[in-house]
Amino acid sequence: MSLLTLDRLDVRHGLLKAVREVSCDIADGEILALVGANGAGKSTLLRAIAGAHLPAAGRIVFDGVDVTTMRAHNRVALGIALVPEGRRLFTTMTVEENLAVACASGRPGRWSIDTVMTLFPMLRARRKARAGNLSGGERQAVAIGRALVTNPRLILLDEVSLGLAPLVVEGLYRSLHSLFEGGATLVLVEQDLNRVLGVASRVVCMLEGRIVLDGRAGELTRDQIIEAYFGLRRGSGRDDKVQGQP
Amino acid sequence: MNIINLLTQGVLLGGYYALVACGLSLMFGVMRIINLAHGDFAVLGAFLAWTVSDSADISPFLALVAVLPVMAVFGWLVQRGMLERSLRAGMLVPLLSTFGLAIVVENLLFEAYGADTRSLAPMIGDLSFGSWAITDQFNIGYLAALIFALAVLLLGGLSLFLKHTPLGRAIRATAEDADTAELVGINSRAVYGIAAGISVATVALAGTLLAMRATFDPYSGPMQLIFAFESVVIGGIGSLWGTLLGGIILGMAQSIGAQFDPRWFLLTGHLVFLAILAARLLAGQVGARGGLRTSLGIDA
Repeated sequence: MSLLTLDRLDVRHGLLKAVREVSCDIADGEILALVGANGAGKSTLLRAIAGAHLPAAGRIVFDGVDVTTMRAHNRVALGIALVPEGRRLFTTMTVEENLAVACASGRPGRWSIDTVMTLFPMLRARRKARAGNLSGGERQAVAIGRALVTNPRLILLDEVSLGLAPLVVEGLYRSLHSLFEGGATLVLVEQDLNRVLGVASRVVCMLEGRIVLDGRAGELTRDQIIEAYFGLRRGSGRDDKVQGQP
Repeated sequence: MNIINLLTQGVLLGGYYALVACGLSLMFGVMRIINLAHGDFAVLGAFLAWTVSDSADISPFLALVAVLPVMAVFGWLVQRGMLERSLRAGMLVPLLSTFGLAIVVENLLFEAYGADTRSLAPMIGDLSFGSWAITDQFNIGYLAALIFALAVLLLGGLSLFLKHTPLGRAIRATAEDADTAELVGINSRAVYGIAAGISVATVALAGTLLAMRATFDPYSGPMQLIFAFESVVIGGIGSLWGTLLGGIILGMAQSIGAQFDPRWFLLTGHLVFLAILAARLLAGQVGARGGLRTSLGIDA
């Protein structure tokens, strides 16, 4: 059975349709890379799954429960966690407090403040530091840790490598590997194709709010993904846009 | 010795201002709502305490045991029923709706209790007028000392609560970023309701103490709001210890002003408030960095 089912999901920003009739099944244990150009609707889709943005139409079913109109904090209790774009830490609170605040409302499980500190050893020394005074890499580690301590079954990671030095990104992806052993299901949004293709089992490409490519990571060629990414294959891409926004 | 007496009275008076300002500071810090009905909630609390105390023939302090929970629930209801809806419509609407609520509360109190000026002072025995005579010219009133001690306890206790308890952390997280707080599992609407409950209960306490140390009537609220607002702004919005300091500065300014001429009591307080606001405006290069928000001491 699939862990997450999206059924003809429409998400709007005012008049703009950011996500259009997206249907998708994500199986338990899958590592799905969600790729696409800027403005393709990836972040909006993740926010809709997490409950930060309510869809205009369609359904979201998580583990057999219809969560379409459920508020975000209740979805956390069910096991959905989003690491938001731009990290969005509580900057006036310490590293430890950022983790504790998420700990209090999540599910029980293997992740705790202590196991997160073991995963990201650099945080242990900085536990009393204000989140606002951390480096980019440390902030990203706290943001991921904050999602982990809720012991999610589905983790949505939005542009975790954005604004980070390549070496730091390398480290982050290495620690992501250790998450997979925990049996979590991941959706990764990333601009850097090479990076996600290395870890993902499935690739979904979005263009102008729609899914234009969906396949096993091993079976898709890089060219196929790039074509879908920029909409090269679909000569009708522009016409669609005109029809969608009369 | 006279100057020490003067400053002490100012500091003690500041304790009362800090107590009134505490809830206003909390509500603004967490929900970004300036509650214009804050002063009227203080007076509402005073009337409730007076009614309970008068009808059950008990001490007003004992009446607070009943009044504070009722006012906390009232605050929660106002947040969930009114402020939450108006917040969705933008920053200006809560200002307008609390202004409307202030007028409604004032006039309902007038309907219910009439225009008589009352005081709880006769109900608390010699606490209202007794004092410790340190020297001939230096007295510390029992009630003034009690109010100051309560202010320090309340603001300090609330600070510790916000810093060290899970609920306090949830309130701080929600205050900083309610959307993200939801994403880590915090029920932000419940947190807002609780913060409003705490805010209104504290101002009811302040109102009852006002009723003990002075007189009150249904239209006493707006003046209390002004004192609270000035204390919060002087101390820097969002900081509870700053609010205590702001109250003390306001109380001292008024006491010192009154020393020159009793009519200057209020005026000196307002002038010090305006001077501090103006100094912040100049120091903060307001236009360039966040306008009035910076000058009010709000973190961007």
